Amino acid sequence: MKDNSIEFKIPELGENITEGDVVKVLVSVGEPIHVDQALLELETGKAAVEIPSEINGTIKEVLIKDGDKVKVGQIVIKLETHQKEEPAVPPTDTQEKDSPPKNRTSDTPKIKEALPTPPSPNPSATDTTSRSHVPVRAAPSVRKFAREIGVNISEVTSSDGRITVNNVKAYAKQRLTQEPLASTNTGIPSPSIPDFSKWGKVGKESISTIRKITARHMAMCWSTIPHVTQHDKADITDLEKIRKHFKQKAEDAGGKLTPTAILTKIVAAALKAFPTFNASIDVQKNEVIYKKYCHIGVAVDIPKGLLVPVIRDVDKKNIIELSVELSRLAEETRKNTISPDKLQGGCFTISNIGGIGGTHFTPIVNFPEVAILGVGQATHEPVYIDGNFEPRLIMPLSLSYDHRLIDGANGARFLRWIVKAINEPLLLALEG
Amino acid sequence: MREARSWILDTRCLILKGMMNSTNRSTHVVVIGAGPGGYPAAFHAADLGLNVMLIDEEVHPGGVCLYRGCIPSKALLHVARVMNDNDEAEQMGVTFAKPKVDIDKMRSWKNSVIQRMTQGLGQLSKIRNVQSIQGRARFADAHHLIVDQGGKEEKISFEYAIIATGSHPTQIPNLPYDSGLILDSASALEIETIPEKLLVIGGGYIGLELGSVYAALGSNVSVVEMLPRLLPGADKDLVTILAKRLKNKFEQIMLETRVAEIKKEKGQLNVKFEGKNGAESEITFDKVLVSVGRKPNAEKLGLENTNIKTDSKGFIPVDLQRRTHEPHIFAIGDVAGEPMLAHKATHEGIVAAEAISGEKTVFEPQAIPAVVFTDPEIAWVGITEAEAKEQELDVKIAKFPWAASGRATTLERNDGLTKLIVDRKTERILGVAITGVSAGDMIAEGALAIEMGANVTDLKLTIHPHPTLSETIMETAEVFFGSSPHFYQKK
Ligand SMILES: Cc1cc2nc3c(=O)[nH]c(=O)nc-3n(C[C@H](O)[C@H](O)[C@H](O)COP(=O)(O)OP(=O)(O)OC[C@H]3O[C@@H](n4cnc5c(N)ncnc54)[C@H](O)[C@@H]3O)c2cc1C
Repeated sequence: MKDNSIEFKIPELGENITEGDVVKVLVSVGEPIHVDQALLELETGKAAVEIPSEINGTIKEVLIKDGDKVKVGQIVIKLETHQKEEPAVPPTDTQEKDSPPKNRTSDTPKIKEALPTPPSPNPSATDTTSRSHVPVRAAPSVRKFAREIGVNISEVTSSDGRITVNNVKAYAKQRLTQEPLASTNTGIPSPSIPDFSKWGKVGKESISTIRKITARHMAMCWSTIPHVTQHDKADITDLEKIRKHFKQKAEDAGGKLTPTAILTKIVAAALKAFPTFNASIDVQKNEVIYKKYCHIGVAVDIPKGLLVPVIRDVDKKNIIELSVELSRLAEETRKNTISPDKLQGGCFTISNIGGIGGTHFTPIVNFPEVAILGVGQATHEPVYIDGNFEPRLIMPLSLSYDHRLIDGANGARFLRWIVKAINEPLLLALEG
Repeated sequence: MREARSWILDTRCLILKGMMNSTNRSTHVVVIGAGPGGYPAAFHAADLGLNVMLIDEEVHPGGVCLYRGCIPSKALLHVARVMNDNDEAEQMGVTFAKPKVDIDKMRSWKNSVIQRMTQGLGQLSKIRNVQSIQGRARFADAHHLIVDQGGKEEKISFEYAIIATGSHPTQIPNLPYDSGLILDSASALEIETIPEKLLVIGGGYIGLELGSVYAALGSNVSVVEMLPRLLPGADKDLVTILAKRLKNKFEQIMLETRVAEIKKEKGQLNVKFEGKNGAESEITFDKVLVSVGRKPNAEKLGLENTNIKTDSKGFIPVDLQRRTHEPHIFAIGDVAGEPMLAHKATHEGIVAAEAISGEKTVFEPQAIPAVVFTDPEIAWVGITEAEAKEQELDVKIAKFPWAASGRATTLERNDGLTKLIVDRKTERILGVAITGVSAGDMIAEGALAIEMGANVTDLKLTIHPHPTLSETIMETAEVFFGSSPHFYQKK
């Protein structure tokens, strides 16, 4: 009998999961363990999962404790096995005698491309569906788990043909170690930082998932898009009167008639008039993609970071509807109940910092969009009208755009169009 | 100058008013139709924290299933069962007086069953803060509905919609509908009268169930079916057992026969039949029940104002999450395709609600059970023997006749059969089929077995309580391996 020492590493369990917190270590030194027995419980940004053993053996050493932060690939437990190391899942042999057929897919459908499947072609009053072959031998709960972590259950195998949650986990781990996650770095190495405690007291906090995603995305946008930012000012004195006038109506419908809600409508009209602002650049194919729809993102800041929920088909909705939808989206975002598909698909972003204060700033274009409108706080300024200075309410606007696609003159025209539409809302009705 | 400014301001107000005026209410999720598809979808969406509106023509949720389908038909079939049981008690030494039927009382009892259930659903809707609207909805475009509330129209804007408008009975053209003597399933359930002679057109489950009710109440029931057999979806061996009993209960069952013409004559209906070899015959009936299938309610919904198109049968095509061609509009239940059954509608409704709330969910049952509530009942789940043959699957069939069941004998109901359709290589259960009293309540075990990927050994080694009809499932598994204590097979 040969003695084998094995190092157990944190497996990869899903897209974008690179680390997690150890909720509980479920084994202790000297404990005999068997294949598929849970070794520890791990919490990732998305879910809590149990990590199973792949071998039969004895625990030699536990290198972590409850509450530790661990990285994918990190060695956390040392085991001893008295048999040849044998993975729980045969690596490539899918032709098991009881293996399910491959043609059954229970993946989440790719909703965008998936054409609806027509109902059964030969219906009778009491027809039942999906019975044309031996189905995957996995309980509904196991199929659900696989779907949720993005595993196609028909690809999972097990020694006796019956697929368990642990088989799905083992398969996910195996697949992910075979195809490592694509690097999302910008390629520029970050310099290391000095030890600040030399100079005084410091506090530390690990970066939240949302902050990490924001950081990566911003770095990518900033470093790949040549930005130009243009500033302008809009006179919202009259628009503000109208807004106050209709405020109650929006409230009755369950919304809040904010300047941002009105701006989404104005921007939608501007995007119609300037299609290059409702476009994306495909550098790989040398193509500009023009969007025939008009979904507008509105930046919402929440304690954990910045999120941009998207209002769909802004051009087809009226301002009251937009105000209702925007209020709801903002609330869902703050409450963290927003569904991921509502954070995608935007054509243009509006970022309004006016509620906090400040004038012009230089917003970063939200890739794959090509422009973003920054809105500052409106303040009263003296404006020279017909020989007199009049106090007018002036709103600072900043437009950043991708200079690869949009020239300065066009940028100026676009922003001027918006300013005019704000100054004279009639224009919107006539041209928008 | 100032005047000019204020004039412009006024004009702007007017124009903005016009831009803002068109919608009355808005919601996150709107569900059209409150049947067993729609109301669970709405309730689940509300439980998931979404803002939900539920539109139906009735005051309370329930749909066809509660108002004029599953529930009233099963209530009346229970009456039929009680009457039959009383009849059969005679041979066990108990003789009841000949039953007296008060159809008005029976109708109001049936209606009270409906009322209790639908009102309960109304309560459940209210406490979940689901906004209910009574009216007919149609799409103005892919983001707006127009709801006709008895002449008053309201425009509703929504982010997601679930179409759960169900189905309606298929009509046969050119019948004398104005005679008042032609029934469909809805009017038949009202039991206005008990016709002396009733013809049921269509040998599907609805026709046989309602025919059984009227036969028990005293009508002479005839069934006519174009196909060579009753219940074309179910395996023949199951149907044979039922047909044998129905032959005693019904006046006659005419197969491979077509209704050529129906004429009203002296307050009755004269029906001309065309048999297999062109043989013609004529019989007079007091009433005719048309039960020849159901059609999806996808018309007059304003679908032409969206990108949604129906298929050749009128169903709305959907993907695995029940999304239509408009990804933010879902369709569930009878309107979204076969099988047109309440439990399928409910499951789809839950999937749609979860999909809207962003969950990674799909509709992927491995089997949907079907039950015919005749006496005896027929129930099956998974693949049928006929389908296995058609698809040339390598299956092994095991059958256990209820003549060998102790429980069936104590009930004096040995007219039953339990059958397993098993994949020969893996011994996995692919289908379960049962004819017999309470078959509908037993079939769920088969559904669980298929969903869990059970094999015949699993069924065989699961101890079933004695004496019950459920034992027949375990014993069928034993038959599969060639040795069941109560059923001897020659090797
Ligand atoms: C006699 C009979 C017996 C049956 N027995 C059984 C059984 O035992 N078991 C079983 O599983 N199934 C049975 N069924 C079938 C079952 O009733 C249906 O499968 C089920 O009701 C379908 O549910 P659904 O939610 O799709 O629609 P439905 O129940 O048809 O409900 C649709 C609802 O939408 C409303 N509606 C339609 N259009 C609009 C509109 N434009 N605006 C607003 N509201 C609208 C309708 O008024 C209705 O209330 C039976 C059917 C019948 C007729």
